[in-house]
Amino acid sequence: MISIEGVTYSYGDGINALDGIDLEVKNSELLAIVGENGAGKTTLVKHLNGLLKPQRGRVMVEGIDTKETTVATLAKKVGLVFQNPDHMLFAETVEKELSFALTNFGLPPEEIARRVEWALIEFRLSNYRDRSPFTLSGGEKKRVSLASVLCYDPQIIVLDEPTTGQDSLQKTRLASTLTKLNRQGKTVVVVTHDIEFVADFIPRVVVMSRGKIIADGPTEEILVRKDVMEASSILPPQLAELSWKLGLESPSIKAEIIIEEIKQMLRGGQK
Amino acid sequence: MVLAIIEVEGLCYTYPDSGTPSLIDVNFKAEPGEFVLITGPSGCGKTTFCRALNGLIPNSYGGDFKGNVVVDGLSTSSTPVYELAQRVGLVFQNPENELFCTTVEREVAFGPENLALPIEEIAMRVEEALEIVGISHLKEKSPEELSGGEQQKVAIAALLAMKPKVLVLDEPTANLDPLSAKSVLELMHRLNQKNGVTVILVEHRLEMVSHLVDRCVVFEGGRIVADGSPREVLYSDMVSELGVGLPKVVQVSKRLSGIIGEPLRFLTSDELASYVRGKVP
Repeated sequence: MISIEGVTYSYGDGINALDGIDLEVKNSELLAIVGENGAGKTTLVKHLNGLLKPQRGRVMVEGIDTKETTVATLAKKVGLVFQNPDHMLFAETVEKELSFALTNFGLPPEEIARRVEWALIEFRLSNYRDRSPFTLSGGEKKRVSLASVLCYDPQIIVLDEPTTGQDSLQKTRLASTLTKLNRQGKTVVVVTHDIEFVADFIPRVVVMSRGKIIADGPTEEILVRKDVMEASSILPPQLAELSWKLGLESPSIKAEIIIEEIKQMLRGGQK
Repeated sequence: MVLAIIEVEGLCYTYPDSGTPSLIDVNFKAEPGEFVLITGPSGCGKTTFCRALNGLIPNSYGGDFKGNVVVDGLSTSSTPVYELAQRVGLVFQNPENELFCTTVEREVAFGPENLALPIEEIAMRVEEALEIVGISHLKEKSPEELSGGEQQKVAIAALLAMKPKVLVLDEPTANLDPLSAKSVLELMHRLNQKNGVTVILVEHRLEMVSHLVDRCVVFEGGRIVADGSPREVLYSDMVSELGVGLPKVVQVSKRLSGIIGEPLRFLTSDELASYVRGKVP
């Protein structure tokens, strides 16, 4: 469980990057945080593993106040996968990259080997085991950085822009990995601009704008709200846009619902 | 018939130390002023193809190269890079890796300076490039302090200052937020329409771009497997089997076609919505 209470944070430029944030995330939730550049999304998630500490308010992770513990302690509970894999990767081979944290946590060699194997398979990286991460494509590096965090099995997984550089099949695979982990009881927080990814796979969405949370709730309700989409300068999902243009009374992000609505309209059910 | 500005014949290419070819018998032609979208799953050869269009392959990468790539009448394997750079500009995924000067203005001037053009000509080209891209107000800034979208526009302006006939963009929006992505894609559309630049664009976000392009080419396993108008290609059965991320409007239109027994080929929510509204009894 994560509980963020009245958190304010400024980088010292006179602007509050976070401005009175209240947010509660229960165990084994799957949620997305969306919002324009500079809305405060990354600043917020850096509070979850103690990289940043609130200047006002408090952040509790699994009952621990982040101000009263170290990043090293929190890192075991909260795995943060950064946006740019080049800022995370450093080892000579993909295999070494994956085992690094496990070795540091002092796990026995057999356990390390088992988890590295799992991650290589889960993220389709087996062929790259002995390659330097830096010779991989952007999308592949991204998967290595994800795998390097997931293999030490944190209870809370936070991913900053995990879909960049991934094609649609890889996105679907990523979604099924996240859903699977979530069903196993992990809490998964995805920070993203990829609104179609959120619409398709993530049940709860938190919308941020200028350091504040301006909407929070079930994805299919929030992403069809024109006021929220406009206030946060997010490009709405294509089907929300289609719903508005069709003048639907209850706009939707689900293809089946839209098709039903269109069928009714064509039958003369409504204007 | 119009003379092709890009002509690729029987292109096969394998990177050094790689056992598998990245491009296999690729044949491709583009006419001057065409806007061509290239898509396909990761690792399908899109990036390699882009590198072949400006001569980086084979000139800088080495490897096993067969076939012919001719751009604006010049064969890429026998033309010096500085010659090619004046015909074809290549924009990469990550603008951070391309920018290195202390101000935007110097960044954009770098290319023309290296052509040893007269100072007035350089100044004129820089001003014009910044103007076209819409970033004149940023010229004193350091590229480092700009947003990703602005940096990508600086990279594009720097290429435009070389007055290329062809711009090749390899997933230029991959690291951009949606609004910046949209603005970069609309810029490409404008450059193509107004300035007549031939644009070859690699992009995954088909919902943002398919209605702006003349043609859509799909790569798979190093080969071109589909080539036609965006409507033909996105509505072909083969493409949906490939797992190319079809826009939601295309998915809905396809299913509606089956239900109402009329072939629908819409690319945007506007098109689909006005069709439905026109049909409402």
